[in-house]
Amino acid sequence: MTTSAKPRLTTSAMIASFADPGQRTSPAPFGHALAALAEERPEIVGLSADLAKYTDMHVFRAAHPERFFQMGMAEQVMLGAAAGLAEVGLVPFASTYSVFATRRAYDFLCLDIAEPGLNVNVVGALPGLTTGYGPSHQATEDLAILRGCPDLTIVDPCDSVDIAAAVPALADHDGPTYLRLLRGQVPTVLDEYDYRFELGRAAELRTGRDVVLISTGLMTMRALQAAQRLEADHVDVAVLHVPTIKPLDRDAIVAAADTDRLVLTCENHTVIGGLGEAVATEIALAGIGTRLGRIGLPDEFLAAGALPTLHDRYGLSTDAIVARIKESLA
Amino acid sequence: MSSTTTAGSRPGTEESFTERVDRLRGAAYRIRRHALDMGEVQGQGYIGQALGVADVLAVLFGDQLNQRPDDPGWDGRDRFLLSIGHYAIAAYAAFAEAGIIPVAELETYGSDESRLPMSAMASYTPGMEISGGSLGHGLGVATGMALGLRHLGNPARVVNLLSDGELDEGSTWEAAMACAHHGLDNVLAVVDVNALQADGPTAGVLRTEPLVEKWEAFGWTVRRVDGNDVPALLGALDELRPGTGAPSVLICDTRIGRGVPLLETREKAHFMRVEAHEWQIARDQLDRQHETGAQA
Repeated sequence: MTTSAKPRLTTSAMIASFADPGQRTSPAPFGHALAALAEERPEIVGLSADLAKYTDMHVFRAAHPERFFQMGMAEQVMLGAAAGLAEVGLVPFASTYSVFATRRAYDFLCLDIAEPGLNVNVVGALPGLTTGYGPSHQATEDLAILRGCPDLTIVDPCDSVDIAAAVPALADHDGPTYLRLLRGQVPTVLDEYDYRFELGRAAELRTGRDVVLISTGLMTMRALQAAQRLEADHVDVAVLHVPTIKPLDRDAIVAAADTDRLVLTCENHTVIGGLGEAVATEIALAGIGTRLGRIGLPDEFLAAGALPTLHDRYGLSTDAIVARIKESLA
Repeated sequence: MSSTTTAGSRPGTEESFTERVDRLRGAAYRIRRHALDMGEVQGQGYIGQALGVADVLAVLFGDQLNQRPDDPGWDGRDRFLLSIGHYAIAAYAAFAEAGIIPVAELETYGSDESRLPMSAMASYTPGMEISGGSLGHGLGVATGMALGLRHLGNPARVVNLLSDGELDEGSTWEAAMACAHHGLDNVLAVVDVNALQADGPTAGVLRTEPLVEKWEAFGWTVRRVDGNDVPALLGALDELRPGTGAPSVLICDTRIGRGVPLLETREKAHFMRVEAHEWQIARDQLDRQHETGAQA
């Protein structure tokens, strides 16, 4: 057979992060924000379903062990117990992977937490395509599932700045919330912009005459990178960051779309039932006839692999966004 | 299982065990009467279960639960979680007997704008802690309430009434593990075993026995009694008090339609239809059974 050395393969174990090489990051921003908040608020408690280490909850656990409740690999009782803790006056943050909180324990999130309107904050790690582990761990449809849940506030933060600001805002919000958690070494991006996270509000991070990208979650980071790259080609791209998926900042979205610019939504989620469809609905209901495109994951079960490979393949990488914009403008 | 008549009086009262039993049998009778009256409003419903679980509810609300009927939201109250939301008719009857809701309101049961919907909902009814009905939720919420109450230094108990059908739900066993792991002796689960569920007898739908061994294996303190035997219920519940470091479960074997022979023998008993002319017969039979003391 062949005698030449085999090429080294790219594996999902080697490349599990969506941060760019050399990018500025912050470690476990959720865990640190929650631990800091709990210093001031004794009613804050944390729960985990055997994933404290993998949802950055371990930082809170180490700081406040008496306020951390391990529920084991049992997401239904974790969300039920979070409801019970809230019923007696505590403010729980319950973390697991998004797939388990939504697909596996949705009835508990819906009926135990959302229907009574409890201040329970469900924290779902690995949202959308942020793991190369394949469909068992890829929560590509969590927004589609949860947007239908009445009265649930849904936040899809861009980076460590968003997460740090969202945690106290979610605790202050007197009702159920779902946070799409970016964990581990999380990029720090938004501190370079004139921006402050505000629950329920979208923010224009960049203005631009040719294109407006309406983006959420980590895709805002990619949208900003794409906008920068397109400057060289004299394409002027605006970025509207929508960290709160529900309730949606309709006014900001309608105002951004009500121009003759190309409008593209960007989300780390299937194009079914997420930001793209929400924006399309608002634009249609406002009577605006404009060119609208959606950047998001295809309506299929995705492959396993290294994240950079997958983001490129499924259209979430900066290269892919740049190419998509150029193609749309051609 | 029989209980002894030498068992003690209720802590903090001069009432003897015999007096307790007599009083609670009276309460159970009135709960059954209320359930029949409410059942007549709709002509159908979970009447058999209400009659079956009446003794359990009489003992819980009349003897065990520390509550203030005029202040259902009192912080120090023992929490009663009805995870079997379709048993609402039974809970309303018990609430009325306990003075949490007026007896006169029962006639609105299941009607538009009523505070008493056919399936229990927390936002509608004073004293209803959770919206059950999707089964297997009660014990999980109880777990969190018990963790929270203990964390806050509140000595209140959390009592979850569940049905044998709920033991089909895996979430119940997740919660059973969590309660034992966390040593939540402020949790009391009461399982109404009437051996019947929507698709037929439990033994044919999904076998749940052996129940005592299952709960024991999960780390719970277990008692099993005839759930229509008031002295036996009292004796067991007196033993299952907090302080042991383990959660408690009382398994209650009850009979659908208990106290009304006409309904005890119904073929289709899970969701029971009762003809208009039968309600008075049922009430008469209940009265006769109560008067002759054919209780236990």
